[in-house]
Amino acid sequence: MVSVLRWEAVHGGNRNAGRREPPVTRRLARPASQRVNQDLEAQIITDHNRDLDPLIGPPLISLDHIHKVYHMGDVEIHALRGVSLQIDRGEFIAIMGASGSGKSTTMNIIGCLDRPTRGHYFLENQDVSKLSRDELADIRNRKIGFVFQGFNLLARTSALENVELPMLYMGVKAKERTERGKEALEIVGLSSRLNNMPNQLSGGQQQRVAIARALVNRPSIILADEPTGNLDSRTSVEVMDVFQQLNRDRGITIALVTHEPDIAQYARRVIVFKDGRIKDDRRVGEPRSAAEELARMPLIDDDDEEFEE
Amino acid sequence: MNPLVTFKVALQALGRNKMRSSLTMLGIIIGVGAVIAMVGIGQGASASIQSQIANLGNNMLYVWSGSTNQGGMRGGMGSATTLTAEDVDAMERECPSVSASTPAVSVRGAQLVFGNQNWVASSGIVGTNQKFPDIRAWPVASGEFFAESDVRTGARVCVIGKTVADNLFQGVDPVGQTLRIRNLPFRILGTLSAKGQSQFGQDQDDTVIVPYTTAQKKMLTITWVHYAMISAVSPTATFTAERQITELLRQRHKLTINQDNDFTVRNLTDVAEAADQSSRIMINLLASIAGVSLLVGGIGIMNIMLVSVTERTREIGIRMSIGARSKVIRSQFLIESVTLSAVGGLIGVFVGIGAAIIISKTLNWPTLISPISIFVAVIFSMLVGIVFGYYPARKAASLDPIDALRYE
Repeated sequence: MVSVLRWEAVHGGNRNAGRREPPVTRRLARPASQRVNQDLEAQIITDHNRDLDPLIGPPLISLDHIHKVYHMGDVEIHALRGVSLQIDRGEFIAIMGASGSGKSTTMNIIGCLDRPTRGHYFLENQDVSKLSRDELADIRNRKIGFVFQGFNLLARTSALENVELPMLYMGVKAKERTERGKEALEIVGLSSRLNNMPNQLSGGQQQRVAIARALVNRPSIILADEPTGNLDSRTSVEVMDVFQQLNRDRGITIALVTHEPDIAQYARRVIVFKDGRIKDDRRVGEPRSAAEELARMPLIDDDDEEFEE
Repeated sequence: MNPLVTFKVALQALGRNKMRSSLTMLGIIIGVGAVIAMVGIGQGASASIQSQIANLGNNMLYVWSGSTNQGGMRGGMGSATTLTAEDVDAMERECPSVSASTPAVSVRGAQLVFGNQNWVASSGIVGTNQKFPDIRAWPVASGEFFAESDVRTGARVCVIGKTVADNLFQGVDPVGQTLRIRNLPFRILGTLSAKGQSQFGQDQDDTVIVPYTTAQKKMLTITWVHYAMISAVSPTATFTAERQITELLRQRHKLTINQDNDFTVRNLTDVAEAADQSSRIMINLLASIAGVSLLVGGIGIMNIMLVSVTERTREIGIRMSIGARSKVIRSQFLIESVTLSAVGGLIGVFVGIGAAIIISKTLNWPTLISPISIFVAVIFSMLVGIVFGYYPARKAASLDPIDALRYE
């Protein structure tokens, strides 16, 4: 229970003024209802008032004229041509764009996997654009959670061990690791699958393990790269439901890259990239609610489908 | 990060690939096992040579009287009449490096008779004093050796070798029996323990030992002795003993500077050292052959680790994206390879000991496993793990996380 309290301290207590506090609901599948609209209003207000209201503070993520140039032999490829972007705490963002538009490069830079050629990237007010490899590794460990298209779980490693991995690199003690690992798996609804190996889990379950792994170190942001790309439509909705709940109930900031407009509609803000620049950045008036859609779908208990590939 | 945790991560990674891990270890197991077994065989051979040399006697030297030279006819070694029992006594008395000495008179071709059996001892009859068992490291098996009083009085007593006892006294206890040597009756006081063949293939047990005074007066009627057997105080003292004896005898024989020695000192340490040298060469040869197999095992580890780095590129990418520093990745792979080689080395030690035991049982070769060779083999195998694991580990650590994650 101690760790739950600490979680709230990081993700609740530090939150900007004027934003709602997350209800401490553990179990999933709560209908979203009007809260979404309230959030949206609150979001718009904060955008307007940031410069005026000292309580709101700086954004979680701030990209300032980011350029990224790759050298392929003699050819220079401009992947990003001056991207500026701000993400606040508690946002749920979808990044869209054709392949080669620069969305993946942006995600890699936000995820501290890559450094910009020019420009500055502030994560929680810290300029991380010039940090060393090891410093970036530490930031990835503490502040960023990754969810990938191909799940990227360690093979022949149980769900719990996979979730414990980031804490292992953080130096968390074994007892606390297990405790927090179980807790994270419970949040994504997999408490009954702690000791299953990835090949004994369905695609949706594997992705939920990956989400548990991403959130277990209480990151500032979860970055999801095409998280539903390998999943069927129902499982996609389930995974999006998990993301929406984490965002809604726990106030976790989420940014996901997708090329499916359907999936992007679950987010509250959609950013479209084209030719290395941001082409469009807009709020979604009425985001889709995964929970409501699931309720309308015929019931198939995903937890009983094993070896679904 | 806690090194213990890195260690755990590495062990987990090895445990998840049991087949590959055990195949990799096999190279080191065979390498270390070969080293242990080979060195064991070499050292066993060396030890058995050493024991044969020790069998000759305690730090022994021989002093032979020189050859006679009468009108151009040279009589061969031992034919000179200049070496006396007094000379031999003086060696023990006056040379500090000599601990014991005995004159030796050899009687050849004498017929031995007991009851209706007769026998000629191939190693002949040797007359010595009572110190013979100590000097030759050749204790009696039954009865006792003759005493100083027997030597002083020239008593007709003898001690017989095992071959003589077996051939003349079938089923009879020879102690207390009377043996006729050249028709003279000798009382048998004891039998010598089995000594086996000499370095030159002679049956040393086919002999009879009598007091040298008896041999001189009652069998050969001579006043001199043929040679002397001398024991030095320690194995390293044999060379100083040789020098002291040479000085003493030259003085006693009143040899001028221009005259050659009328005797020869033979130091068995020379023989021992030559034998030791050859066995050491053999050990080195075997060890270097085995070392090559250990090297091959090490290269095997490097191969597997390199394949493993490529195969696990994605895993490395995942670990890096989750926040593993390069150093942690490098440590993980290094620990994996060191663990493989060290565990392989330990198993190899047991395999090597087992192989040595099987070899000594089936081929009847003596083997000797020394703790040093075990220690060296294990340390060396760990070094192999570090040296051959470093390159793959560094390669893994230098991967770019984005490329590694994208790797199919």
